[in-house]
Amino acid sequence: MAADAGYAATWSAVALTLELAGLTTLILLLIGTPLAWWLARTRSWWKGPVGALVALPLVLPPSVLGFYLLVALGPAGPVGRITEALGLGLLPFTFAGLVVGSVLYSMPFVVQPIQNAFEAVGTRPLEVAATLRASPLDTFWSVLLPLARPGYLTATVMGFAHTVGEFGVVLMIGGNIPGKTRVMSVQIYDHVEALEYAQAHWLSAGMLVFAFVVLLALYLLNPTGQRRIGAGP
Amino acid sequence: MFAPALALLASLLLCAPAQAGTVQVAVAANFTEPMKAIAADFERDTGNRVELSFGSTGKFYAQIKNGAPFDLFLSADEATPERLEREGGIVPGSRFTYAIGRLVLWSAQAGVVDDQGAVLKGNAFKAIAVANPKLAPYGAAAIQTLTKLGLLDQVQPKIVQGENIAQTYAFVATGNAELGFIALSQVWANGRIKSGSGWVVPDDLHAPIRQDAVLLARARDNNAAAALLAYLRSDTARAVIHSFGYGT
Repeated sequence: MAADAGYAATWSAVALTLELAGLTTLILLLIGTPLAWWLARTRSWWKGPVGALVALPLVLPPSVLGFYLLVALGPAGPVGRITEALGLGLLPFTFAGLVVGSVLYSMPFVVQPIQNAFEAVGTRPLEVAATLRASPLDTFWSVLLPLARPGYLTATVMGFAHTVGEFGVVLMIGGNIPGKTRVMSVQIYDHVEALEYAQAHWLSAGMLVFAFVVLLALYLLNPTGQRRIGAGP
Repeated sequence: MFAPALALLASLLLCAPAQAGTVQVAVAANFTEPMKAIAADFERDTGNRVELSFGSTGKFYAQIKNGAPFDLFLSADEATPERLEREGGIVPGSRFTYAIGRLVLWSAQAGVVDDQGAVLKGNAFKAIAVANPKLAPYGAAAIQTLTKLGLLDQVQPKIVQGENIAQTYAFVATGNAELGFIALSQVWANGRIKSGSGWVVPDDLHAPIRQDAVLLARARDNNAAAALLAYLRSDTARAVIHSFGYGT
């Protein structure tokens, strides 16, 4: 009985984690592409500050990010006031809140590889495409995207894997609600705190193998691409 | 080059009082404030140095089992020190209850929680924060209270869990949960709840939250650690503990 409940809880946490990581990666690819494009091409003074903002989660402890999200998304916080005025309610303790937190947390892991790839492609192929009268949209799909493929591969894998491994932020704004906000990393933490080391080992070993396989696949598939993850632009 | 440094070292060694030592203490998060006050008094009175680490009981257990350099452990429960004792990790006979925790239903806003806890029955709130009952004694006591009041089923869907009592407090203090069950010590000062509104949960609604302290095995020969443990039982320390809303 208890073991069955344990397995159900574990699978629910795994499913929730995959859902969160998948959705976060998708959103990040969508908003990360124009952002990376702008960062790769702009000569604006804003490039520095915006690039620094994107990179912040690399250096900030997740507890700092989580704490400020809790305050900002709360009823007295600027974002919380907006979401309440829009009738969305408050984001902490909801799956949507976790998505918002994860998007911020994993942003550099998606934007930076794409930005690097765009910079590596340079302007020349795009100019050639333009002289051949390709529309900007056509250039994007037929020229830029294929050339930037290794960057997108790295971005997708790292965005996903990093979100799966997220802990501090989801702990802070999640509220540990089974099936809604209790993701794997939090479940593992709970097991360790409760001295349930057998369960903690199973899940932790699973995470370890997952992380290794993901990185190995990335290195095998992308031998010439961005090898060093987390390296700045 | 070396002479001044040596002279400094020598003077430091000579200056230190003969029996002064250092005590590394692992303190359950809910006891943070009182322990800071007690440690300051103890340092002033004895000349020993006290280094405090705050955290959750389960994490401290894992760290202690894996060689963390703590001399004294002030747990949030009685089960964990008992377990350490069974496993031979403590100085025999050193375990005792240093504080009995009190539970409070609290809101950061005035007028939300009445002094009878009727707000629970009214059920007109969106989220109520409770520390994880599996990990935190205050969480377990909160669930016992709700069960005894016959309100658990009704309230359950609104519960958000903090992994410890400090995080649970953060959920309520930031207003993300309108109310929550926390440790009275977190909001108690000068004999009253210092902000917001609260209901001090009567002791008969849950099992007593006994918090036990132990001298860890590595501190067998640490006189300062033994002195601090004894100091925790003194009238001075007990007065501090009571002033933060704990029983002893």
